[in-house]
Amino acid sequence: MAKSIDISDVNIYYGDFLAVEGVNMTIRAGAVTAFIGPSGCGKSTFLRSLNRMHEVIPGARVEGKIVVDGQDLYDPGVDPVAVRRQVGMVFQRPNPFPTMSIYDNVLAGLKLNAGKMKKSAADEVVERSLRGANLWNEVKDRLNKPGMGLSGGQQQRLCIARAIAVEPQVLLMDEPCSALDPISTSAIEDLIHELKNDFTIVIVTHNMQQAARVSDDTGFFNLKATGEPGHLVEFNPTKKMFANPDDPATEAYISGRFG
Amino acid sequence: MSTLEEVQTRVHVSLVQPRLPRQAPTIVGVIALSFGALLLVLGVGVVSATVLGALAFLLVLPAWSLAIEGRRGATDRLMTGLIWTAFAIAVVPLVSLIWRVVSKGAERVDGVFLSYSFFKTQIDQPVGVYHAIIGTLLITLGAAVISVPVGVMAAIYLIEYGKGNKLAKAITFLVDVMTGIPSIVAGLFAFALFTLIFGPAYVSGIGGSVALSLLMIPIVVRATEEMLLLVPDDLREASYALGTPKWKTIVRIVLPTALGGILTGITLAVSRVIGETAPLLLIAGATDRTNMNLFDGAMTTLPVLIYGQNLRGDAPAEAIAWGAAFILIVIVMVLNLVARIIGKIFSPKKG
Repeated sequence: MAKSIDISDVNIYYGDFLAVEGVNMTIRAGAVTAFIGPSGCGKSTFLRSLNRMHEVIPGARVEGKIVVDGQDLYDPGVDPVAVRRQVGMVFQRPNPFPTMSIYDNVLAGLKLNAGKMKKSAADEVVERSLRGANLWNEVKDRLNKPGMGLSGGQQQRLCIARAIAVEPQVLLMDEPCSALDPISTSAIEDLIHELKNDFTIVIVTHNMQQAARVSDDTGFFNLKATGEPGHLVEFNPTKKMFANPDDPATEAYISGRFG
Repeated sequence: MSTLEEVQTRVHVSLVQPRLPRQAPTIVGVIALSFGALLLVLGVGVVSATVLGALAFLLVLPAWSLAIEGRRGATDRLMTGLIWTAFAIAVVPLVSLIWRVVSKGAERVDGVFLSYSFFKTQIDQPVGVYHAIIGTLLITLGAAVISVPVGVMAAIYLIEYGKGNKLAKAITFLVDVMTGIPSIVAGLFAFALFTLIFGPAYVSGIGGSVALSLLMIPIVVRATEEMLLLVPDDLREASYALGTPKWKTIVRIVLPTALGGILTGITLAVSRVIGETAPLLLIAGATDRTNMNLFDGAMTTLPVLIYGQNLRGDAPAEAIAWGAAFILIVIVMVLNLVARIIGKIFSPKKG
């Protein structure tokens, strides 16, 4: 079910402002790819362009090719809604639907898109997704309680369960641990390790150790200068990136000597 | 040694300052009250005595405070007193209105009053306001049926689709203008509209509903807009990221999240128009009979009935007017309570 993503010559604009320039990379199937870099360098913007969430913001547009499974996501005939069913997303802040129970939150994607489903099938999906997100044991006795009643880390795992319930090919994570404590973070990192067997995972993080722990490949984004667009400085296997990077700017950033 | 002592005295700031006793406001209040009572006994009018008593309180407490606590304390006491006075001025008319209506109206209300109309089949048959209660409920229901879909959908367009474009700005401006339409103008509009369509001398309840909906729509739009703005964009994005189309995101995620507030807004809009008189006099007319058909013939509402009874001016008519006013206030209060309960039930829950 996991698919690779080929990105060539991608430029991303907000109106007339060029936010990210000239990105080329191949994101491997069934691996975890991390994007690191300073704030405002376009990592999140680029991540959001991978499932066309970018264009939810008025005036935002993308040039270039992003090919998943042989299809260019930005082909004029492509329906962004169909893209998002294949490329799921987990956000920085946990955002379970406040009007729904834990059970309904997990099923939200399926119910909203496919309509009615059998109770037994629904139960099965809920259990599989919650087990997949390492949340089943904590919530199995209170599936009908509101999702907002969980702790922050549990809510984030609920959001991951919700995203994997629709069985996407790719899972994007935009700083999924930045609002969480170290224990919840560790739970989610373990989860990422398990999930990469079934999904291609792309994660944006500010935490270098996290990138080193969870990812197979790492991309380093940076700004050329203040006011200039962000660009991809280096894209390499994580081991090489953290031991012996090609670009001196990467080494400076990773080792904390920024600039 | 002497310099050291000097430094110490300069650095030491006393935190203890003279304060009025805790019961100071109570003591001054009692004094002001007895002052007012004294004025009453001396033959000064009730209003002047109250005003002079309040003034005495507002002068004595700050003056006492100025003498003991200093300027800052005195200003604080004065402002606190002024704010309480303003609060009292705001509440007194409200309380007195409810008191008057309840004391004069409640005794007239009984089973007969609620279940008979003005229409007599026998000379000694008792009268009641059943026809006006039915008229009020039907016409207001009609207004709600017209304005809720229009208002809610207009708000959805403004917030979810039209964000910041010219059409949305124009609509927002027009909605603001509509909020200020005098109700008689709304009545004239409905009157002109129905006269154009059905010819002269046309009266019906639905005409009243149309006039009231003109007044209701801007309120519903405003309330719904505010509630939709409160729904975080995170939720919309979460829904899009699951591959949900925009319309379904609005119907299944955004509206349920905002539902409590929207229902409260609608109910408040209903209670705002339920007491309208002028537009209904024009287009819905008045009748003594109970009319259950919104689309045919005159319909009396409670405010129109109160107006008519007040015009007649004899004692039984006045009693009926008070009773009808009492029923109207009870209906509005029940609506408000229902709005609060509904808002509680549908608001997003925790835990």
